[in-house]
Amino acid sequence: MTEAPALLRRTPLHAAHLALNARMVPYAGYEMPVQYTSIIEEHRAVRSAVGLFDLSHMGELHLSGPEALAFARYAVVSDPGLLEPGQAQYSMLCAPDGGIIDDVIVYRVEDGYLIVCNAANHDAVLAQLESLVAHGDFDVSLADRSDETALIAPQGPRAAELLSRLTDVDLSALGNYRSIPGRVAGTECLVARTGYTGEDGFELFCAARRAQRLWDALRSTGADLGLQPGGLGSRDTLRLEAGMPLYGNELDRSVNPYEANLGRVVKLEKGEFVGRGALAAVQQTGPQRKLVGLVMRDEAIGRHGYPVLIDGAQAGVVTSGTLSPTLGERIAMAYLPAAAAAVGESVEVVVRDRPHPAEQVKLPFYRRPKPDAA
Amino acid sequence: MSTTLPDDRRYSREHEWVRVEGSAAVIGITSFAAEELGDIVYVELPEPGASLAQFASFGVVESVKAVSDLFAPVSGEVAEVNGDLRASPELLNSDPFGAGWIAKVTLADPAEMEKLLDAAAYAELTAG
Repeated sequence: MTEAPALLRRTPLHAAHLALNARMVPYAGYEMPVQYTSIIEEHRAVRSAVGLFDLSHMGELHLSGPEALAFARYAVVSDPGLLEPGQAQYSMLCAPDGGIIDDVIVYRVEDGYLIVCNAANHDAVLAQLESLVAHGDFDVSLADRSDETALIAPQGPRAAELLSRLTDVDLSALGNYRSIPGRVAGTECLVARTGYTGEDGFELFCAARRAQRLWDALRSTGADLGLQPGGLGSRDTLRLEAGMPLYGNELDRSVNPYEANLGRVVKLEKGEFVGRGALAAVQQTGPQRKLVGLVMRDEAIGRHGYPVLIDGAQAGVVTSGTLSPTLGERIAMAYLPAAAAAVGESVEVVVRDRPHPAEQVKLPFYRRPKPDAA
Repeated sequence: MSTTLPDDRRYSREHEWVRVEGSAAVIGITSFAAEELGDIVYVELPEPGASLAQFASFGVVESVKAVSDLFAPVSGEVAEVNGDLRASPELLNSDPFGAGWIAKVTLADPAEMEKLLDAAAYAELTAG
């Protein structure tokens, strides 16, 4: 068997994962759980009850100071100026050529703005922000809080019920993409109603040294609700069903937001920001290629890197694919030339040297049922 | 999670097993392999009549997460494949040594069995 390379970092919940017999894999420089029992079981727990994820590997970069907002507006492609106190937005950092450095969530918090980035891109995002601080003319302080911060995410239709047992925070008043400081199981947290699963759910930011206590409290309190810890494997299948991009698969430095169907996030009208010139040009001409959803029409599964054919010639490439545990269909996302991107059109995906039929479908593949009218 | 290994068969270092029944050999993957792969969702079976070469790839299993090759533990001609795996690939997880068998082959060279491990040696290979 291969041994984990040395120097992999551990989250504060590493011992908890080992105690649960998680299968640990290297991911973004961390040793992370990919599954505890079964990816499909963990996936279903999130769709039907509640799953619990350790996301402490993700980066937390905090902006404060008189010009924190002006700086944030310059650094990301969305407009944090639109955020009310306690509100959050999905965003991206782009390079001057419009390529995506990372996709992030920007939270407006009590003392500034919190940018939560992918672990794999932590260093690149930090370097980009530091360089903008150094070369810009903003009165802003940038603090990397990644190491001292743990992130635990209860996700699923029963996540609110679970959390309500452990907190006085009024969850009914906490809308989607909102956050509020509060205590959960006695631990000081930033309670955010955000996630990456396509379900209702929360992300709880707390001090790293309190992570184990919070994790244990959530697990024991959620046991009768069907709570299961979930690893990176189910996190990936959940986000893919929900049509959400994963950096490294759908997004990278060669992709711009318009190609990834994320043009709505880019606020060209807000004034100057990094990447604006290049992105305005793409917005004018339209993207060259577009991210599409595919459903395979036979038993083959399209995977990252597999070629996509139109009329027998390679036209694009699969970015992610799996057997959807919820839908029972073989789903994939792929980049195709913009002119060829059309729901209902047929393509072929080359799986192990043989073309297999697939159909372009609307994204997302899965949308959670509307809550019962109450 | 430990599973007792049947000692009526031999094992390859690539985590396949082979059980000889007269001139035929039944082949499959081990519980260790199934556990490592996770939830298996697709098996690409060889065609009956296909020739397998010992330790060469003869098919593919896909889990939710990844694609892995199947390596033939012995050489021979495929006489029969386990069609149940088309509708129920999860048999590889639930019963890898029984209902999850993959193919029956006509053994080309019984001496090849000597290149495989017995249950005790395979257990040692996969321990810890």
